Amino acid sequence: MSKATRLSPSAQFFAYSFLAIWLIMAAFPFIWTLWGSFKVEGDFFSKADWANSIFGTLTTIETGGSFTGAGYYGAWVQEEFWRAALNTFIVCFCVVTISLTCGTLGGYALSRSTYRYAFWFLLFALMFRAMPPITLVSGYLLPFFEWNLWGHLSTTIIVLVAINQPFTLWMLHAFFKNIPKDLDESAMVDGCTRFQAFRHVIIPVMWPGVITTGLFSFLLAYNDFAVTSMLLSKENQTMVPKLASFLGTTQTKGNVMFAVAAVVSVTAPLFVMIIFFQKQIVSGLTAGAVKG
Amino acid sequence: MKHSSFFWFVLPSSLMMLLFIAFPIVSVVTQSLYQAHEQVIIEVENCGPFGCTTDTSVDTSATAALREAEPLGQWAGLDIYKDRNHLALDEVSQAFINSDGLPDFGRALMNLPFYDAMAFTLTYTAIVTPLTIILGFFIAIGVNAAARAMRGPTIFLSLLPMIVTPLVGSLILFWMVDARGILGTTLQWLADDPDLSVKASTPLMWIMLMVYGVWSSAPFAFIVYYAGLQTVNTDTLEAAMIDGATRAQRIRYVIIPHLVPLTTFIALIQLMDNFRVFEPIVSFSAQAHATSLSYAIFNDLGGETRLLSSAAATSVLTIIGVAILLSPVLVRTWRDFGTPR
Repeated sequence: MSKATRLSPSAQFFAYSFLAIWLIMAAFPFIWTLWGSFKVEGDFFSKADWANSIFGTLTTIETGGSFTGAGYYGAWVQEEFWRAALNTFIVCFCVVTISLTCGTLGGYALSRSTYRYAFWFLLFALMFRAMPPITLVSGYLLPFFEWNLWGHLSTTIIVLVAINQPFTLWMLHAFFKNIPKDLDESAMVDGCTRFQAFRHVIIPVMWPGVITTGLFSFLLAYNDFAVTSMLLSKENQTMVPKLASFLGTTQTKGNVMFAVAAVVSVTAPLFVMIIFFQKQIVSGLTAGAVKG
Repeated sequence: MKHSSFFWFVLPSSLMMLLFIAFPIVSVVTQSLYQAHEQVIIEVENCGPFGCTTDTSVDTSATAALREAEPLGQWAGLDIYKDRNHLALDEVSQAFINSDGLPDFGRALMNLPFYDAMAFTLTYTAIVTPLTIILGFFIAIGVNAAARAMRGPTIFLSLLPMIVTPLVGSLILFWMVDARGILGTTLQWLADDPDLSVKASTPLMWIMLMVYGVWSSAPFAFIVYYAGLQTVNTDTLEAAMIDGATRAQRIRYVIIPHLVPLTTFIALIQLMDNFRVFEPIVSFSAQAHATSLSYAIFNDLGGETRLLSSAAATSVLTIIGVAILLSPVLVRTWRDFGTPR
């Protein structure tokens, strides 16, 4: 570490304590909810004594053990959360595949074109990116009802791909800009067509960028609530709208714990994803800013 | 790249964006100019021993048939925009004439759903965006000063609030600030008021929503700034130090100027995202205290009667809002990149 960035002890103490506070703020809610999801409602929301939620006093009284999987059983088996999980898997898989296929083609072309219209194309994509998805949903509903497209997984997949497209294009455009032009141009000098050059020269070297973009496409599809809650019929619901429907029904039934268990179940895959792809996520977040 | 190959390469993407982003905008604008058919009223004359009476009743089948035949509804022009749930021109002018002073006028405006949603959305955007940037900046400075071994885990934990589904993240916070949750109880203890409840108080609800906003998007600003800090020129930093600059001065005169372009980028993304604030209101069940434009649309679309025209009108107004919000950034981008290279 160079001398210029070294800190005096007091500044170091200040920096570390600030970081510690932030890390507690960032991580504590998740740990708390994960711990609480194995308790009964009386412990998760403990009016009497907050220590109850740590030691599970009421859980022991009600179920005999200090941990209970009742919330998970209720959500996954009784309320058929597994069906929603399956739907989420289908939606995410298709959205990522389709948006990457279209996005790589478009992003590559945008990064190689020197004409002004490529810039205008990107600017329009940026404007589309700014559109709140729910405003578009109000435009879909009537035509989808009329043409009997409403409620199907496939409709939602296509809509999510389209809403994803501006972002995917911007990101892949930035990544392709970093692949030297000489690479595909020399292939074309050797007699390849543009598509052959893309197929044989660019595709083998594009994977880091594509994986990063795929992660973000996945997140967008996985985290979406506005589109999935409005366009899917009840039996086709994905996890997030299903979770939201728990809130309406379970709060009255006194089964908040179903929702808590569902929340943990929705968070778990994301947690695993960050563990494995932290580097890609960080590089993706900065791709637009630092390199663009 | 040749025009023709460019065309074929971008065709799938542009087709999708055209069909599912550009057309829906047209569809929204059209829908907002129509309104649902009113119910068909029929008059039935009942003649009995005591004379005849005329009853009016709703002809359900005729109504359904009419609505079926013209799903778009009947032409309404700009009526929907002017009604009480949107721009409420009559009510606003009434309030303007009757109110004494600006605060009173403001209170009257806040009773109108559209202005209420607008006020929250704008306040949220205006407060959360700068706070996000400031908090993200300080975390980045802190992480950069920390030992190298600590950086990976710090980044990992910091990513959590941002990556997690907004609906889920806000629910987790909401359960904690519930009057029976750990933060809620702590708040009651701090305020020494056992009846304090975030759910019941409008200012507290606004503050909680904004706290969620900063909590969930500060990691984004942090990551971008952190990446920017890695490219600060150490020679400049050392030169500044030799010239006698303190640490604060080095941050002020070397690091911050280096990070200004990144700030524009973060601000742009954050403005777009904060303006569409929506999920936290659903999870906090905050609709009684705070609604945003997106929530207003969601509310119209959901439920038994889907108020498509009303939702469409709010959508058009939201899109106009987004356009106004983005116009300075767009003009700037156009000036930076639009000039021939």
